[in-house]
Amino acid sequence: MKNAHPLLQALEALYPPERLLTRDAQLLTYESDALTAFHSKPAAAVIPISEAEVIETVRLCHQLAVPFVARGSGTSLSGGSLPIADGLLVALNRLNRIKSIDPEQRIAVVEPGVVNLHITHAAAPYGLYYAPDPSSQSICTIGGNIAFNSGGAHCLKYGMTSNHVLGMKVVLADGAVTEFGSDSLDGCGVGPDLIGLFVGSEGLFGIALEITVRLLPQPERYRTLLAAYDDLGKAGDAVSRVVASGMLPGAIEIMDRLAIQAAEAAVQAGYPDAEALLIVELEGEAPQVEAEFAQLQAMMRASGAFELRSARDEAERARIWKGRKGAFSAVGRLSPDYIVQDGVVPRSRLGEALTRIKALKTKHQLEVANVFHAGDGNLHPLILYDGRQPGALEKAEALAGEILALCIKLGGSITGEHGVGMEKRDYMPAMFSEQELDIMQALRRAIDPKEIANRGKMFPSGEAPALQQRGMHPLERQGVISRE
Amino acid sequence: MRHSITSDDIRAPEMAKAIESCVHCGFCLAACPTYASLGEEMNSPRGRIVLMKNVLEARLPAAEAQEYIDRCLGCMACVPACPSGVAYGDLLVSYRAMQEKQRQRPPLDAIARRLIRETLPYPRRFRLAARAGKLGAALGAALPAPFAAMLNLLPGSLPPAMPLPPLLPAQGEKRGKVAILLGCVQQALAPNINYAAAQVLAANGIEVHIPPRQSCCGSILLHVGAEADARELARRNFQAMPADVDAIITTAAGCGSGIDDYALLFKGQPDSAEAADFSQKVLDFSAYLAAVGLRAPLGFSQERRVVYQDACHLLHAQGLQREPRTLLRQIPNLRLLPIADAGMCCGSAGTYNIDQPAIAAELGGRKAESILAAAPDAVVSGNIGCITQLRQQFTSRGEALPVLHIAELLQQAYSHSAASS
Repeated sequence: MKNAHPLLQALEALYPPERLLTRDAQLLTYESDALTAFHSKPAAAVIPISEAEVIETVRLCHQLAVPFVARGSGTSLSGGSLPIADGLLVALNRLNRIKSIDPEQRIAVVEPGVVNLHITHAAAPYGLYYAPDPSSQSICTIGGNIAFNSGGAHCLKYGMTSNHVLGMKVVLADGAVTEFGSDSLDGCGVGPDLIGLFVGSEGLFGIALEITVRLLPQPERYRTLLAAYDDLGKAGDAVSRVVASGMLPGAIEIMDRLAIQAAEAAVQAGYPDAEALLIVELEGEAPQVEAEFAQLQAMMRASGAFELRSARDEAERARIWKGRKGAFSAVGRLSPDYIVQDGVVPRSRLGEALTRIKALKTKHQLEVANVFHAGDGNLHPLILYDGRQPGALEKAEALAGEILALCIKLGGSITGEHGVGMEKRDYMPAMFSEQELDIMQALRRAIDPKEIANRGKMFPSGEAPALQQRGMHPLERQGVISRE
Repeated sequence: MRHSITSDDIRAPEMAKAIESCVHCGFCLAACPTYASLGEEMNSPRGRIVLMKNVLEARLPAAEAQEYIDRCLGCMACVPACPSGVAYGDLLVSYRAMQEKQRQRPPLDAIARRLIRETLPYPRRFRLAARAGKLGAALGAALPAPFAAMLNLLPGSLPPAMPLPPLLPAQGEKRGKVAILLGCVQQALAPNINYAAAQVLAANGIEVHIPPRQSCCGSILLHVGAEADARELARRNFQAMPADVDAIITTAAGCGSGIDDYALLFKGQPDSAEAADFSQKVLDFSAYLAAVGLRAPLGFSQERRVVYQDACHLLHAQGLQREPRTLLRQIPNLRLLPIADAGMCCGSAGTYNIDQPAIAAELGGRKAESILAAAPDAVVSGNIGCITQLRQQFTSRGEALPVLHIAELLQQAYSHSAASS
């Protein structure tokens, strides 16, 4: 898209200069999301402040066949909101109104740029909250949560974003505006689950304009337990025990020594000094939570925990979670670069997966910090490397590839909640057959015939399926993207 | 983030380290007032880090990044919000000091900054300029916005100067010995703050020294990039302050955090060790007093509803969240009221309300609204900048809400208690 491009001319008519960004200094800051291994500069970025502007922008892109990427706060860890070089970036941050909260129906109607946690803040006076809690919930937006079907620590009990979206108004990639679902808690109940289709589509179908989400009553009581172990595998086995007992905690998280150290340095969360730390949180009605908490403590002791600590008040609980939720970024204190993985294994095989990851890291001679949603088997190994060392990134990527292969082999998945995005596109053929990928493509083209919405994400690039990604990324070879 | 910084600036290693430790996760966005106000990546902490990185790598002309860097309040709210521990303050202060030497400013801007450099650090000159300012205010709208903002901040008339004795003896049993660093702008705008601080300290058994030959801490000059001048002022204080005190007390948040930056200001200077010793000794009034504890009797006969306004340079830059509140909770009959977004900057931020009047006014308005929603009898802060900013906000809304320095409120609590006993 050159300066004289008709899209830019049309955008000039649509947006005032301060909301149409074309200068280097402006666009540079939008080049990456939270996966800085990739960066790519769009031709322009627009900051719409109304639904009508978004719709018109998408229509223009469709008409002129210019690819676009919709972006919220740019916190994607899979490169999901990486701009398309010479395409358009649509920054939805200013569409951040909470349009209504209905405490009786327990729903909220919000715009896509609303920050996840702001819904909870707005619902708090009614004793309600929005359950999905990605670690970046203080800044990530609902639009992005929808695109990637975001999870979070408490999704163990409450499910992912798709379980909390009741209705949506969207502009599809061809400019058509449509609505899915309804305000009713059961959805419309007829026909296929179109919300389920749109949520998690990684921005390939269009842009959500208005979202109706479910609100839940705030639990009456929380009890948060820290259990310290001298071995990561033991912590993994303890999770299987909890699951097998039939108890359903709000969250079960594991952090290993490196992650504990990083988080402790960041927020002084008061974590014990241990090889592995299990965070288990029970929530619900007070009598039940208290009864289960006693049972949980006994179970943790039996599983070999050498120390148990429980949060004495809300401030301690908040600190425990602040440490956990800031853990990825805190690893930035330990290493100049790292790759966050998002693989999933069946939770009954958690201990086995951890032992094998340990063996892999020894084999590759790399440090790996483990932070993960143990309750649902969603691993987040962080592979530490120093990008200034020649070959270090490739080495780290080789290990990442082996970890993903391991997840698939154990019957899991390459992603639990961060999405495929840019980062894991080339692992798709390891999980899906050619036929399955063709079906996904056919569906995508039915909605976006020109493939303009978030082009280049999720689907493997045209080359031979590769489980081992070595050397340059296919798009790098094509000169479409570059690394810092 | 990886970088290829080749700058030979003396503080390039500090800048490079901050950039390296940023992982671009975006957690800082939630804490940033300019991001809250503008919603743009280039007006966010991580966006500014990217911009400074690109300038330092010589990939982007500094002039193109400047407006976004200028718009940073320097409130440091992003620092405690950052899980990766990015020393954003080190980066920003170093970068600004470096750029200030090189940049060309539009003539009016340059005049305004020269005014800042030559008046604000010197209470006597500032008093003179303020009187001239009243004259300027009569000219009103004819002046460009930055001037108007500067003049708006000045009160209709300045209070009379309140000379302090070089020594205030401790009352009762002696519990400590301190020196007070009077500061600059505050001494002209509100001389009662240091007066009140000295009295409250003395009433608490602290021997208070007020060396007459002291000067401005230089922090305001570091803000506008006049490093050498800043160091000269700082050195005068190294000489003036007695060595055998428990602490050097500041009553202005900006002085305390500015003195914390001496490590950067004096990097590579022959007296860097002396600067480090000095900055170690400097403590905010509330931190010192909270540590020694308040002496009874004090308090109010009737309930006073008080909002504590966190100054960014106390809360974020010096981590003083608990200390001032601990003091206030020790005052009988004082009810401390919470407000929404307590950690969000009020828009004063050093010279910010002079440099960026529009955003400063917006942030000031938000802060005033959240304070008024709590319906207090008084607002208390630990920083002259916040106090001035809030007074102006309340005045423009027709609200007669008193805004006091925490030292002044404590002074009232002591005299009130003395009067009623």
